[in-house]
This record gives sequence, structure tokens and C-alpha cells, in this order.
Amino acid sequence: MKAYRTTIAAVAALGLALAAAGCGDDGDSGDGKKITIGIKFDQPGIGLKTPSGSYTGFDVDVATYIANELGHKSGDIVWKEAKSADRETLLQRGDVDFIAASYSITPTRSEKVDFAGPYLLAHQDVLIRADDNSITKPEDLNSKKLCSVTGSTSAQNVKTRIAPDAQLQEYGGYSECLTGLENNAVDALTTDDSILAGYAAQSQFEGKFKLAGFKMSNENYGIGVPKGSELKAKINAALQKMVADGTWNQYVQKNFGPANYKNEPAPQIGVIVS
Amino acid sequence: MFDFLEGYDLLGAFWTTVRLTVLSAVGALIWGTVLAAMRVSPVPLMRGFGTTYVNVVRNIPLTVIIVFTSLGLFQTLGVTLGARDFTTINFRLAVLGLTVYTAAFVCEALRSGINTVPVGQMEAARAIGLTFPQALGYIVLPQAFRSVVAPLANVLIALTKNTTVAAAIGVAEAAALMRVMIENEAQLILISAVFAFGFICLTLPAGLFLGWVSKKVSVKR
Repeated sequence: MKAYRTTIAAVAALGLALAAAGCGDDGDSGDGKKITIGIKFDQPGIGLKTPSGSYTGFDVDVATYIANELGHKSGDIVWKEAKSADRETLLQRGDVDFIAASYSITPTRSEKVDFAGPYLLAHQDVLIRADDNSITKPEDLNSKKLCSVTGSTSAQNVKTRIAPDAQLQEYGGYSECLTGLENNAVDALTTDDSILAGYAAQSQFEGKFKLAGFKMSNENYGIGVPKGSELKAKINAALQKMVADGTWNQYVQKNFGPANYKNEPAPQIGVIVS
Repeated sequence: MFDFLEGYDLLGAFWTTVRLTVLSAVGALIWGTVLAAMRVSPVPLMRGFGTTYVNVVRNIPLTVIIVFTSLGLFQTLGVTLGARDFTTINFRLAVLGLTVYTAAFVCEALRSGINTVPVGQMEAARAIGLTFPQALGYIVLPQAFRSVVAPLANVLIALTKNTTVAAAIGVAEAAALMRVMIENEAQLILISAVFAFGFICLTLPAGLFLGWVSKKVSVKR
């Protein structure tokens, strides 16, 4: 029994040590008021939970900056996974304080939640093999094999307007599409350029893929807050400060830079490009 | 309240689900019967194969099998099952994956049925000179099938719901449409409820009908 208790204590101590190690690189210890933020856990470059338990990505950096501006230390941030389908529910139930998870501002979503921002203007684009020169304009896609995630807005755009004649392979995640792209089973992976840049910037894919640079849709990424929340104004102020002091630019370069991603200038708060 | 359903081909999606279910059920019934015959056969090699197959396949998550058919068979090995476009290839791969997986459960249900047939039946069949395949086909399996209609109904219901995994490789069945609707409509709970109801509409009558059949054909001992 004693050995058992000792084991428990050791495991708990180890867990605490790991948790502490995982808390941001600026070393703020968390003792103040907690803030819960919803992010993606599975999108490299945007929001990714690494095997060691830390979080990286553009949304993570932006959310950390906002939390700091709101008066929370980095150590007081509780990260929560916000899958695309769950985002409205998480906000409505109050499970998270705000969401930064490649959350495009759309009219249907605006009926359910409020958006601060936008803080990034992304476009639907295609990722192709680095040696593929047969795709130079969006019309070329009609004779190609495309890949995207089942049910995503990007997949629907392909079917309805971008390339209705193209063959579309849908998978549960982008990783399967990347395998297909490597195997020549598909010719292009399509979704928001920010997400594509995040994948292409991963070390194991460096130099293999390139962004085609087609701007086939406008995705205004906003920070989701509960309907009527007073956080909206504060977050907007924080976003404005982030752009003004150059931090925004630094985050874009850090997370999307390696993939030859040409970012748009920082969007104006409240201006939605349709 | 249900105006968000407009513009979506709900029936088409559920029709794909039904086609997936029926084709995989037929495939799994045939392949499962063959496996069950192997598992009770007097040839050690066949018994070994049947046992290994069942224990390996039923312990692999279905998602892994389905994704493997696409990433492994199609992308890497170039297996297209005679189809040219992604839609048909994915559909056939999904049927293949579901058949391979469900057959293991059909086999085990059927084997339990074979065990309910008194051993004297087999002995008598062999005593009058029937070969093992004849004895199994004419005497044992007909009685075994009649006692496992209810367990097979369970397998069928599980299979109906398992077809949703095919969305992982892009088959446009009910679960794939559900993802599209959730993405567009921001109505998570209502949409889920609609699809749950759709599946109940498929599985409940099937379960009730097969329950009735099971009573009708059961062997009175």
C-alpha cells in the first residue's frame, strides 16, 4: 500500500513538473485568474498540441497576446480543444471565454455568437507538389484530382463553384490528403491558405509542396465570444495594439513564413471582406 | 424550426447508407459463413486461418480498416476495384472494408449457432455417408442459421451504424452530409437529432422484422 501511495505521489509530482514545463516560454507562473481559451489542437501553424503538451501556432500566439492584454498571465491560460463543429456550443454554454480556432466569420455563425476582429484574412488556396507546373490558374483544377476534408466549406466550394468538374477526394483530416499528394493519388489539397501554409511548413514536408497562390474565397478569421459579451471590445483593442506594435507581423512570419506564404496586410477591426 | 434542412439531399445520403449496408451485409454473410465453416472444419490449417482472421480483424478499429483501404490499397497499391472516379472507388473500398470487418462478427454469431446443433446430428449425417461439406451444408448450417437470426440482426444493426465510418474516406453517406450541415448551419444539436432519427428509422424496423423472423424460424427443441 505504501509503495502504491509513493507511486501516486511520484506520478503526481511528475505531472506537475510537466505541466509547469508546458506553460509558455516566458515563464509566467500561473496564480491569478484563470482564462479558458478554445483553440484547434490538430492544425500545424494554427493551433497544435505538441506531443510534449505545449501549444504552438498562430492562433495560440494571438490568443496568448490577447489573454496577456486582458490581464491574465500566460500560466493562467487553460487551453481547450475547440473542434469546428463544437465551437458555437462551447461559447453558448460558457465552457470557454473566447475561441481562436481558424474561426471564419459567417452570417449563420454571427447569429449564434459574436466575433471580435477579424485578425487574419485567409483565402481558399491549393497546395500542390513542388515540381507540378500544370496548375497555373484556378481553371486548371477542373481536370485535376482534388482533396479536402469531408464536409468542410472548402470541399463544398470546390463542388459548387471552383471546380465542379474536378474529382474530389474527401478525407477525415488533412494528413490523409497530404499522403495522397505525396503518392500522386491526388494532385492538389485545397483549404484556407493559412492552414495549408502551416502543413507545408512542417519539417517533414519542407520543399515537397508549394502554395499555388489562388485567392478563391475570403475567410475572415475572428475571435469568437459569447453573444453580447463585453470581451468583444477589449479583444478588439488588444488586436489593434497587436497589429500596431508589430507583434502581428512577427507571429505571421514565425508560423507561416517557411511555406512561401504571402500574407495579406492585417485586417481592419470590424471590416469583413466578403 | 426545421428550415435548415432545405437544400440538402437528405434522402440521397441515407440511400447511400442503405446501399452500403445492404451490399456489405450480403458480402459479410457470405464471407462470414465461409469463415465459420473453416473454424469448425476438420482441417487444422483452415481452422487456424479462420481463428486468426477473426481474432485479428475484430480487434482492429473499423476506422483503421476503412482508412487503410483508401490510403493503403488505393493510394499506395493502386487497387481501384474496377472503378475510375473517386466516388465509385471510395464506395467500393468502403463496402470491402465493412465486409471484411463485419464478416468476423457474422462468423462468430454463426459458430455459436453451430454449437447449438446437437452433436448427434453431425454424427448421424456422417454415419449415413455424407461428406463433411455435405453434412455441414445440408444438416448443420440450416439448423444453425435458424437459431442465430436474432444475433445476426444485432450485427446488421451495428453494421448500419458502422457505415458512418465510410465518411472518413469521403463516401457521401449520411454522416458525411451531417458534417456538411454542421459546418454550414451552426445547429449542432438539431442536426444530430435529425440524423439520429434517420438511423432509428432504418434500424428499428429491421430489428423488429428480424426479431419476428427469428421467432418464426427458431428450432423448437
